[in-house]
Amino acid sequence: MADTAKPKSGSARSSGTRRRTSRKNTSSGLGGEKPEVLLDHYRQMLFIRRFEERTAQAYTQARIGGYCHLNLGEEATVVGLMSALKETDYLFTNYRDHGYAIGKGMDPKRVMAELYGRSDGVAKGWGGSMHMYDTATRMLGGYGIVGGQLPLATGAALAISYRGGDEVVMCQMGDGTTNIGAWHESLNIAKLWNLPVVFVVINNFTGMGTTVEMSSAEPDLYKRGAAFRIEGERVDGRDVLAVREAASRLVERARKEQTPFLLEAWSYRQKGHSVVDPAKYRTDEQRDEARSEENDPILVFDRQLTEAGILTDELRDEIAASVKAEVAEAAEFAENSPHPDVSTLFDYTYATPVPNESRRMPADPVFAE
Amino acid sequence: MSVITYRQALRDTLRAEMVRDENVLVMGEEIGLFEGSYKITEGLLKEFGPRRVKDTPIAEEGFVGAAIGAAMLGLRPVVELMTINFSLIAIDQIVNHAAKIYGMFGGQTSVPMVIRTPGGGGQQLGATHSQNIELFYSFIPGLKVLAPSTPAEASSMLRAAIRDDDPVLFLENLGLYNSKGEVPDDYAEPDNDNTATIGRAAVTREGSDITLIGYSRMAAVATQVAEKLAEEDISVEVVDLRSLRPLDRQTFVDSVKKTGAAVVCEDDWLTYGIGAEIAASIQEGAFDYLDAPVRRVAMAEVPMPYAKPLETAALPSVESISTVIKETLSAVGKRVG
Repeated sequence: MADTAKPKSGSARSSGTRRRTSRKNTSSGLGGEKPEVLLDHYRQMLFIRRFEERTAQAYTQARIGGYCHLNLGEEATVVGLMSALKETDYLFTNYRDHGYAIGKGMDPKRVMAELYGRSDGVAKGWGGSMHMYDTATRMLGGYGIVGGQLPLATGAALAISYRGGDEVVMCQMGDGTTNIGAWHESLNIAKLWNLPVVFVVINNFTGMGTTVEMSSAEPDLYKRGAAFRIEGERVDGRDVLAVREAASRLVERARKEQTPFLLEAWSYRQKGHSVVDPAKYRTDEQRDEARSEENDPILVFDRQLTEAGILTDELRDEIAASVKAEVAEAAEFAENSPHPDVSTLFDYTYATPVPNESRRMPADPVFAE
Repeated sequence: MSVITYRQALRDTLRAEMVRDENVLVMGEEIGLFEGSYKITEGLLKEFGPRRVKDTPIAEEGFVGAAIGAAMLGLRPVVELMTINFSLIAIDQIVNHAAKIYGMFGGQTSVPMVIRTPGGGGQQLGATHSQNIELFYSFIPGLKVLAPSTPAEASSMLRAAIRDDDPVLFLENLGLYNSKGEVPDDYAEPDNDNTATIGRAAVTREGSDITLIGYSRMAAVATQVAEKLAEEDISVEVVDLRSLRPLDRQTFVDSVKKTGAAVVCEDDWLTYGIGAEIAASIQEGAFDYLDAPVRRVAMAEVPMPYAKPLETAALPSVESISTVIKETLSAVGKRVG
């Protein structure tokens, strides 16, 4: 069985330095999992890596605009979390959402088209990078305001509970979110009302450039549910099976016990906060740490699968080629998708049409003759 | 017809909608056991139980956001914010989430919810509890903002708001809860389909000398002004805006085209206030018909004081509005009674 990282004594990290976790202490091994499942996880992780690299490239070519936050380095966390959810479960995330959207089952072509702001995008070009949403796969949104998704996820869990459903809500966020009011209000309400929601904190040690120690008086974030009697635990986010095991266990407990849980996943953000961030606030040592082979979840998983004889050179090449082709196909799809028609500008302000909705273009008079 | 209070119209309509639709639930501070700070939810916990009448912690951002999330999954929450002043704690959820979710995700999900909240000064509640900040929400595309001024409007507009698929900020008024008015006999029936049209203003009193425009408590005050001035042979046409977003400009512009003059009365502050938008719309829509500048009667631009004489002086009144109407009519050379 995978074994989640246990809180360590004296675990408060000194300001400005990140504590390295020893892989020996957190590695789960392959736990006797079926080769095809392991290879599927591997492929998904690689797919997110290549998809995000392609996204960064398209961004630098000005094919993608706005803010753009990537999941590079977090692939094991994303795939581990998403494999813990059933199709009927709901997901809310922050703005670093591309990998989650794909992991929850959205068509990568339509995710890329959304990044390009095209009409075939999941949100028809209205959302962009930070706002992936798809009713069918129950990915109920990436949200651009830190903490904004927490009350919403709590409310979705309320609706499930109200109807006596057996779905669970997963609510992903970054480490900085644990300091905003919405965190405290939502965790309190979720526990008070016994709601089936799992709050997941992706701790990559920095909110933009501000370290966890600079912003959280209790830097052991999994402990921060204690004020609400919410059980929390920490997992090594570099280890896809450890993440999957911890997330599955908490999701199933939330489903069965009708109560919220908290999971903290330690994970490395390989690049800056967003595509345009050179991350100059990192020391050379911190940068090397974030990009080290030891902390690259794909290299580590590759090595594990290779040593176990599951991933052969031939298979690796085959997976790489098929991932490459599928990412290229997504980019091509996005490239060829039409821009949204300006005539649709007023189509999505209100769901119920009412008189006197404004349809005025910037230079139009208030009273159209 | 029966005569009831604005409070009872709200309470009974809310109850009727809960009977009618299992997806309607009410959430807010002190709405269950305490039966509402202003007793709009009186008896609901007893009748519907804690599943549908949810007392919340003092966490406006948390429970307004939870209502939005529940609405995304198809429930129709009616949230009570104890006063509009407390909506500021929830403003990120209202403005950045409720108002955006339908459009930002390309129309995939609507947010069918109502935020009921009273505004209104004049209760000696001091600076933080006497503000009229409905402008903040009226400014935001994606929200609908309703402001009923009579018991009949309160009932038909609340029914419309609950059945609408968009987030509605439903502005009540501390100064109106005890006011009385006629309502249809079946106003409290669950199968009553008398819903107000969101986005429509109404001429609530016809007149020929000047148009007086208001909403919420000020629409009620405007009617009093018109009645008083009628005794002096001044004919005031009253327009009740009723819907602050969408804003029905045509109704008041048509009225101004008829009367040739306009005064706006508002409980909020003048600078950048709702009256500014009304006045700008009148100059654009009825410039050639105006015989005098549009005047605004609005709250004095101070944090509202506690002391009664100061508070009274800061608020528009029947007297101050009447004075401005007479000044406007003098300016156009119309006889002033």
